Amino acid sequence: MSLEDNYLITVGLEVHTELRTKTKLFCGCANEFGAEPNTNTCPVCLGLPGSLPVVNRKAVEYAMRIGTALNCEIKHSVFHRKNYFYPDMPKDYQVTQYDEPTCINGYIELPITGKVVNIVRAHIEEDTGKSTHIGTSGRITGADYSLVDYNRSGIPLVEIVSAPDMVSGEEAREYVSELRSILVATGATDGKMEEGSLRVDANVSVRKVGTDELGTRCEIKNLNSLRSLVRAITYEARRQMEIVDGGGKVTQETRHWNEDLGRTSSLRSKEEAYDYRYFPEPDLSPLDPSVEEIEAIKANLGALPPKRRAALVELVGDSPSKSEIEQIQTVINFDLDDLIFAGIEKGVPAKLSLARCANEVAGLITGLDESYLVPSEKLLEVLVKESLGELTPTQSKAVLARVVADRAIDVAALIAELGFVASSSDEMDSLVGEIIAESPSEWERYLSGEDQLAGFFVGKAMKKSGGKANGKLVSKSLNDRRSQIQG
Amino acid sequence: MSDAQFVEMSAVDIAAGVRSGAFSAVEVVTAHLKQIESYDHEVKAFVTQMSDRALEAARAVDEKRARGEELGALAGVPVALKDNMAYRGVETTCSSKILRGWIPPYTATVVERLEAAGAIAIGKTNLDEFAMGSSTENSAFFPTRNPIDLNRVPGGSSGGSAASVAARFAPIAIGSDTGGSIRQPASLCGVVGVKPTYGLVSRYGLIAFASSLDQIGPFARSVEDSSLVLDVISGHDERDSTSLSGRSYDHQASDGGIEGLRVGVITEMMDGLSDSVNKALAQAIESLRSMGALVDEVSVPAAKFGLTAYYLIAPAEASSNLARFDGVRYGLRVEGKDMNETYELTRGQGFGPEVKRRIMLGTYALSAGYYDALYGKAQKVRTLIANDFDAAYSNYDVLISATSPTVAFEFNAKSDPLSMYMSDVCTIPSNLAGHPAMSVPFAGDEDGLPIGIQVLAPSFGESVMFKVASALEAAAKYRAVPQWASTEK
Amino acid sequence: MSNDDISIETTRHIAYLARLALDESEVREYAGQLSAILEHAEDIASLDLDGVAPMRHTLSVVNIMRDDEVRPSLDREEVLASAPDAQASMFLVPKIVGEE
Repeated sequence: MSLEDNYLITVGLEVHTELRTKTKLFCGCANEFGAEPNTNTCPVCLGLPGSLPVVNRKAVEYAMRIGTALNCEIKHSVFHRKNYFYPDMPKDYQVTQYDEPTCINGYIELPITGKVVNIVRAHIEEDTGKSTHIGTSGRITGADYSLVDYNRSGIPLVEIVSAPDMVSGEEAREYVSELRSILVATGATDGKMEEGSLRVDANVSVRKVGTDELGTRCEIKNLNSLRSLVRAITYEARRQMEIVDGGGKVTQETRHWNEDLGRTSSLRSKEEAYDYRYFPEPDLSPLDPSVEEIEAIKANLGALPPKRRAALVELVGDSPSKSEIEQIQTVINFDLDDLIFAGIEKGVPAKLSLARCANEVAGLITGLDESYLVPSEKLLEVLVKESLGELTPTQSKAVLARVVADRAIDVAALIAELGFVASSSDEMDSLVGEIIAESPSEWERYLSGEDQLAGFFVGKAMKKSGGKANGKLVSKSLNDRRSQIQG
Repeated sequence: MSDAQFVEMSAVDIAAGVRSGAFSAVEVVTAHLKQIESYDHEVKAFVTQMSDRALEAARAVDEKRARGEELGALAGVPVALKDNMAYRGVETTCSSKILRGWIPPYTATVVERLEAAGAIAIGKTNLDEFAMGSSTENSAFFPTRNPIDLNRVPGGSSGGSAASVAARFAPIAIGSDTGGSIRQPASLCGVVGVKPTYGLVSRYGLIAFASSLDQIGPFARSVEDSSLVLDVISGHDERDSTSLSGRSYDHQASDGGIEGLRVGVITEMMDGLSDSVNKALAQAIESLRSMGALVDEVSVPAAKFGLTAYYLIAPAEASSNLARFDGVRYGLRVEGKDMNETYELTRGQGFGPEVKRRIMLGTYALSAGYYDALYGKAQKVRTLIANDFDAAYSNYDVLISATSPTVAFEFNAKSDPLSMYMSDVCTIPSNLAGHPAMSVPFAGDEDGLPIGIQVLAPSFGESVMFKVASALEAAAKYRAVPQWASTEK
Repeated sequence: MSNDDISIETTRHIAYLARLALDESEVREYAGQLSAILEHAEDIASLDLDGVAPMRHTLSVVNIMRDDEVRPSLDREEVLASAPDAQASMFLVPKIVGEE
């Protein structure tokens, strides 16, 4: 038996998501990624003496949307100060919520395993600035000095704290993936892990099979991708198992994930008790949303991924395969479900549009500017042509790529330009006639029932047409001719 | 008009004269700058003088008048600003080494409002470092002296502002009051000092000591002037979440009539007063009665716990508010081997003893294991105090007490922190409740040292508070005169 | 609240939390003074405050918020002019040991 068989892993996640407001949480500086250092700063987000915060209404609305989407109760809430010194935190305290957060007691259901993960709370807080560590290693340890940019300081965050309900890195990944698609669907965040607008800390502990009491946990920071999340949890759980198995004790601490080395390491140079000295932020009023406001948010939320997923599953059929479930997930993440429903209306099979949207379109629009609008009408035109056999799958994919790259392009003209024209039924039929004349013995065998010879004819047709023949239409022509002959 | 006349003139008269063209803002400002030149080397009210800017601003006011434009309520009126208010382009120090040299890139809302009304900022005044103290001896730079008796403290923490008005350096000044920092020095310097209702005046740009208690207010030599200044600086500011919308104070000349007003004398604040202060309070009660007020003693039982609650809540908030002075973005940095040591050295050397003491106390009160017993309990006491005040105000229009248990004391007289803290025993409860209160000079002791009477009112009760203060002012037979002026006589 | 004096060790810990470098005489002085001040605070320790709500905010207002509208930021040069040390338009700080 391996070590892993003797232990159970417990994972709880803290997910920080940046909100897509125009301005920061407490001041009117722009909330934008990638600006020149320290250009989006003012007395408030620099923590200059005498400055005071005023809450961004939109940030609170987004937080309530998130809470509602996560099935939380929306409560009266109070901002607190969390006191600790760090150079990228300009006031040397963080304004956050403590014993009275805006959202509590929610849950989400994981799409693939169907597992329910409970959400303990989702609260509003401000982001810190960003330190760049200068020195030989480029990391905190070993740096000679650091440079601080406060553009990110004060950007609104919602921190979503899960219950320790997950049992593996894979499950944590599924949770974050589902959470992300829900968050994006609320419109509150763009969910871009690569830009740091979605950041995950993982609390990991292990315990021996057969015991109930949770083991001592470690918090892992710096998980910048789903891949890191899975690797880090797996590594950390193994590390803890080895400690416990060797008769040792896990120390409760914060650990840093090093993606290059593939391991977690303790960051603390000296053991110090954390004492954040929380107290109610006297510069801000409590938030107390009315029942009407909460209801309005619920009403305006629109269809969320779980509901949208159910609708897509229904389209695909009774028991979708794992790859289909994953395709559905992708389609939801990229907001392409409307395209699939529109395709149904025009006779495009759900499985075809699902595959093209998840496997082609999603990949093509990844990394494009946020303001990019998917040219749904034109994509649909391509899918319709493919479903009618006017484009081969290969041709269809090539056309989709061009349409995504140039939203203004004319689909018909593009197809003509690429020479994908029209293998119309008539053309194919006469082509098939020529081939039959050239290969009488194969034709005989086909007529006598050797269906596999259809492939021979399609291949010939391809060769003769220089690859432009439509295999579907060739097969159709062969079939029609046989039916006619055989009555 | 002579310089001597200008420096004795009220803000109301200066503004009227400048508006009518009877004299110019430049004449007014010049006279005050001369007064500063003559006497501030003795008083040391100012950390930073703004003479050139002041003259330039005065010329701008005069030019505005020449162009026929309308002038504001404080046209040409010199104002001294406590040096814990941000002023763009002018060094702002909080009388601390840790902030020395800091040039704010923005200006406090109150200062903007004063200047928009035509007031002329003539300098930044000395204070107890970060407004922590009751004598201005805690300034990291130098102590300010009481103009009425240069051997005594002006009180604090707004000692420089109080002294500048008493010394005729400016007819009005701005201070901040967290536990009595306007009212106590006003009492000790023989001027009027007002702490408005919490939320009436924007704190944006006031360098915070204790955010839930701090409130900006005016000093003046008359109740009317202080009322006018409050009118100018009060009102909603969208940059301060604790500034109330729809609330401002409207100045109106008091008719002085207090007949039938119910005035309560706070029992808990009658203990521990010096004889002369006790006597002055008794006279004040008599005067109010003679003017037709109904005066009784009233108990505000929880007020006696105010000092304790204050010395947990204020340091707790301060420990957090002052964390940002860390040597990273502005102010002093004492470089250590790493960031942590840099923090410790910068703060250890940049803050003075009283500031460090309060940061320590506040850090302790908030720390794990003590929060409930200390900070949490103090917050509950705050509720009790507010409730007890509410009960008192159900039967009384205003309450009164002495402002300070004693007259101005000599330098180094209170080296024990606790005895210094006792100076604020009468003023602290209003801050805890968020209520307005003011000190009005009423009497002098046998040595001619000023004694102020405190008038307290419920939230947004400024109008009735000013009415009673005006009555006391009218009844007062005492007027504080700078030491140099009384010896000249 | 306890009657125990604040120990030297506790005083040092508090000084560390507050990032204040104190010399030995300051540590002793503050330990004594904090004990005295907290002893004075004993008067509220005996109060029965069960059922009394803490005053968490001075004003009883809620939902003070602003609209999500961009306002001009400060001029960067003015911001950096106050910095004790800067490089590449960023604030330069000594090396950070450990985390948080």
